[in-house]
Amino acid sequence: MTCARPRIPCESSVRHSVIALAIALSGCSGIQSALDPKGPKAAGVLHLTWFLVGTAAVVYVVVVAMLVWVLRRGSQSPVDLDPKLGTEVTEHHGGMKTWVVSATVMTTIILIGFVFVDLSTARSLSTVGGAAPLRIDVVGHQWWWEVKYPDPNDPQNDIETANEIHVPVGRAVLIKMKSGDVIHSFWAPNLDGKKDLIPGHETVTWFRADTVGVYRGQCAEFCGYEHAKMAFYVVAEPRIEFERWLAQQRAEASTPGDSLAQGGERVFLSSSCAMCHSIAGTGAGSNNGPDLTHLASRRTIAAGTLPNTAANLESWILDPQMIKPGAKMPANRIDPQSLRALVAYLQELK
Amino acid sequence: MAHAYALPSPNEPDDRRRFISEAEEQDVRTRLEQSWEEGSGLYAWLTSTSHKSIAKRYIVTALVFFALGGIEAAVMRVQLSRPENHFVGPDLYNQIFTVHGSTMMFLFAVPVMEAIGLYMVPIMIGTRNVAFPRLNALGYWMYLIGGVLLYVAFFSNTGPDAGWFAYVPLAGPAYSPGKRIDIWAQMITFTEIAGLIGAVEIITTVFKQRAPGMSLNRIPLFVWSEVIMSFMIIFALPAIVIASGALAADRLVDTHFFNPAEGGDALLWQHLFWFFGHPEVYIILIPALGMISSIVTTFTRRSIFGYPAMVLSLISTAFLGFSLWVHHMFATPLPQLGQSLFTAASAAIAIPTGIQIFCWMATIWSGRPRYTTAFMFVIGFVLLFVLGGLSGVMISSIPYDLQVHDTFFVVAHFHYVLIGGAVFPLWGAFYYWFPKMTGRLLSERAGKWNFWLFFAGVNLTFFPMHFLGLMGMPRRVYTYLPEMGWGNLNLVSSIGAVVIVASAIVFVGNVVVSLRGGTPSGDNPWGASTLEWATPSPAPIYNHLFIPIVNGREPLWTNPPGELPVVTGLRTDRHEGLITSLMDAEPEHRYEFKQPTILPLILALAGGGSIIVAIFTPWGVTIGAALTLLILFCWFWPTISPDHDTPRRHPREMP
Amino acid sequence: MTRGNPERVAAATLLVALVLLGCKREQRRFSDMSRPTASDNGIIMSELQPGPAVIHSAVQNSYDDNAYAVAEGKRLFDQMNCSGCHSHGGGGIGPPLTDDDWIYGSDPQNIFATITEGRPNGMPSFRGRIPPQQIWELTAYVRALGGLQGKAIRTTRDDHMMYKESEQARNKGHPSPTFVPSK
Repeated sequence: MTCARPRIPCESSVRHSVIALAIALSGCSGIQSALDPKGPKAAGVLHLTWFLVGTAAVVYVVVVAMLVWVLRRGSQSPVDLDPKLGTEVTEHHGGMKTWVVSATVMTTIILIGFVFVDLSTARSLSTVGGAAPLRIDVVGHQWWWEVKYPDPNDPQNDIETANEIHVPVGRAVLIKMKSGDVIHSFWAPNLDGKKDLIPGHETVTWFRADTVGVYRGQCAEFCGYEHAKMAFYVVAEPRIEFERWLAQQRAEASTPGDSLAQGGERVFLSSSCAMCHSIAGTGAGSNNGPDLTHLASRRTIAAGTLPNTAANLESWILDPQMIKPGAKMPANRIDPQSLRALVAYLQELK
Repeated sequence: MAHAYALPSPNEPDDRRRFISEAEEQDVRTRLEQSWEEGSGLYAWLTSTSHKSIAKRYIVTALVFFALGGIEAAVMRVQLSRPENHFVGPDLYNQIFTVHGSTMMFLFAVPVMEAIGLYMVPIMIGTRNVAFPRLNALGYWMYLIGGVLLYVAFFSNTGPDAGWFAYVPLAGPAYSPGKRIDIWAQMITFTEIAGLIGAVEIITTVFKQRAPGMSLNRIPLFVWSEVIMSFMIIFALPAIVIASGALAADRLVDTHFFNPAEGGDALLWQHLFWFFGHPEVYIILIPALGMISSIVTTFTRRSIFGYPAMVLSLISTAFLGFSLWVHHMFATPLPQLGQSLFTAASAAIAIPTGIQIFCWMATIWSGRPRYTTAFMFVIGFVLLFVLGGLSGVMISSIPYDLQVHDTFFVVAHFHYVLIGGAVFPLWGAFYYWFPKMTGRLLSERAGKWNFWLFFAGVNLTFFPMHFLGLMGMPRRVYTYLPEMGWGNLNLVSSIGAVVIVASAIVFVGNVVVSLRGGTPSGDNPWGASTLEWATPSPAPIYNHLFIPIVNGREPLWTNPPGELPVVTGLRTDRHEGLITSLMDAEPEHRYEFKQPTILPLILALAGGGSIIVAIFTPWGVTIGAALTLLILFCWFWPTISPDHDTPRRHPREMP
Repeated sequence: MTRGNPERVAAATLLVALVLLGCKREQRRFSDMSRPTASDNGIIMSELQPGPAVIHSAVQNSYDDNAYAVAEGKRLFDQMNCSGCHSHGGGGIGPPLTDDDWIYGSDPQNIFATITEGRPNGMPSFRGRIPPQQIWELTAYVRALGGLQGKAIRTTRDDHMMYKESEQARNKGHPSPTFVPSK
């Protein structure tokens, strides 16, 4: 691994492997882990992390060693002449003063070093790593993520989806964020640190995914009942697949193929679904809840809570409160036949 | 027998000193007991202005709240021990973590630190009561009402549920329906009034009522820490009073402090809150550092090395503590250059704390440590607090913080510094000062069990959380999915919580058994050096028979035992004390402490009642103002002292 | 610690009492499939009755005392675009909801029926479009708009530009049934 700064001694690779092994044993190389970077920002922070952890560990060991040493030396101190009286000054006085002063100076030097490394890391990570970044707008809601891909040239090409972000590998992504209600925080640890979404402010962050993969993120600022289940996925894919995905998202909803799905579309449009959800190309145009035009193309539903399967869709539609109590989507009385048709329709919305 | 110096002037010959006879001592003791006696029974308890009685209530109440907060933590750990657990639902979980945080920070940590000060400081500086005894009682009643308010609300499903720092807009009128947050905001009012009262008491008492000869550079370090804490309280608490007042106004009377659409700002709340919130943790830490100085001195039998450095580092910690607050806001869109200043300040504050630790180590080096339970807690403090402090320096770095902010890494950090840095010294202080408060020693054997269980439990509970944070687990989540891989570490953490509960049970058992049948301790079981050990255990209601005279930092070590110089001549038929000057504690004049009265309770009930009414209607403020005015009239009604016409005699002429 | 603490005993008793009482205002009922799908008997749409007047009690809408339900009703009022005609309660195309004229009655069951069935002269029917639980929440909010809930239950200001005083700030409403549109 490269060093954070040439002057500071490199972590030995042995130490690195030992720490990595220890951590890997606890199963941390994961899809939502700061210890498993997949892009330059997270990687930069991980380098900083090793520096900080390493230095802190060394300092801690030294402090504990000092404590043990003084306790042992202390127990060898001469016994007081009078057990009832203590003494104010001892023969160590000069040594004690040197020690306190030098320990303080060492602490100060280490801290100055820390601050220097911190600030230079922060600086290097703040410049957007790549030309012509892809622009994505994210609006945080209680408890889902509205994701928009604005096309600066043609607003007709704007894409709206929810809870899943696709990005091309190797290209910088600029995310502009707003909040629709309370403070949320956008955090995909494999890619980047977090940034808050604050009502009344527009916040900006960037990241770049350098490895193909699927990475999970989660809201990181307490936002109400289902803060715990407000996740999103970042899908980093090769450029060609990304363009294909974009084109697919731009299309209107596919017309239902068989009669079951057609029945499902009727259920959707004639019941409470259309009051909150939109499906482009149909009459449903409400933006209270997530856009469902391409629901079937997403890996999960309910903001990363459940895999996107027919069974899960049925449970979710019947009573979201069983899965996410407090969510804004109400329970729905719907007979099993209509439910099956509805889910069949939704599963065709690729 | 005690030496009695009649406040000699420098030129008077030494043969003016005289020894006080047993008969004279007994006579003074009888008169003091008579005039200071408060009686027993409910009315006496309600009207008491004895600082020890009030402080004892504070401590017991704070420990009850600590236990309740611990139960809430245990419930959280049960819920999080397995993924997708259904022990409590999200609404109750949100209330639990909010009430846990609010209890620990507002109802336990600051009150108990102030309370130990209110108990010990007057005895340690050689005075008979705090400067404003009735105000002291008022502080306790306000605190009690505030705490009861929060818990009555919690038990009736009206507990606040937006986190102990209640960020708007979630805690604002639009997203938190009902009265939950209003109750939280007014609980703050109560506890902050109590906090400010305690701070005023400590500062005034320490500045004006020290024993003659106890110049500023002879004050025990614990007393310094209480004074510095009190100054911090005075500067920090107004920020949250304003913030909670603005929040209450937004919710009750449609103001727009935090409404971006009408010119307010959600970030304003964060600035105001954290301007209080960061110094708050140093308010909790600094008295603990003072307690450590007392314990280390006593159990190494050496004066703390580097007294001026210790005092100055406490003061610098206090100052620097006010310049860190934005490190809680690194994820917000504040300019990066500004945020970097807070990185530097957050790292810098480690320096004065480091100086403290190095000086204690130097003291231990030169002394002879005795491994009593209190001293063990000091060792535990170093091991836990330094770890927490190092993780704190890590998160002062903005890029690193942006990964671990609002995750369990931060939870681990602050529990290490709060438990290690404040609760461990506090427990050491309990073991150290329990004999002085009750006349009995706590069992050392049970104490060792208490310590080791607590130490093991804290590490088992909170160390895994460092990893959980880096592995992506945010905080304030009522559950998590099984595929995240966080289940094992959470289970370990929950087991640790059980160990902590066990240690608490051992402590309670130790206290209960020792109160009934513990070894009687005598005046000075530890052979300590400060003035509180010069008086019997438990200390009599008037603290010292005669006001002592101090000629060094360790009065009981620099004077032969039983030969402490004292002041005579204070009246024993009234509650009289001695006022001395700020810098050198030269006697200035006599002072009469106010007698027990029901007024503080009445004012607390009236004022407190109207604050509670203000949760529901702004008329509460009006009614409260009128009632308070009326009661303060009675409070400050002038009384003519019988000595009013007696010509004032110069203090040096007192017999 | 040493003496008996009657204060603490009193506080404990109070706590126990309150636990038993609970607090309806603060309940959060997320999934309430038990709400009736149709309003029960008790809807009265005329002042006239044959014979002596019998006072029919209003259906108990348990959401009437629930602050969370009123807040949810406020959210739904905007999201279901009730404001499109009723303009945050001030009226426009539709009649105002903040005055004392309740054309079709101000009891919860009346309001529920109004929203569910629709009304002549432009009120759409939302049966099948909004689940009954949410219609009850809207009912609670509409009553709050009219000043018919307790002050502590009504919603306060929202985080938007202030277009009217909040429901909590207004005075109590005194509904008078006018079964004729007031035009």
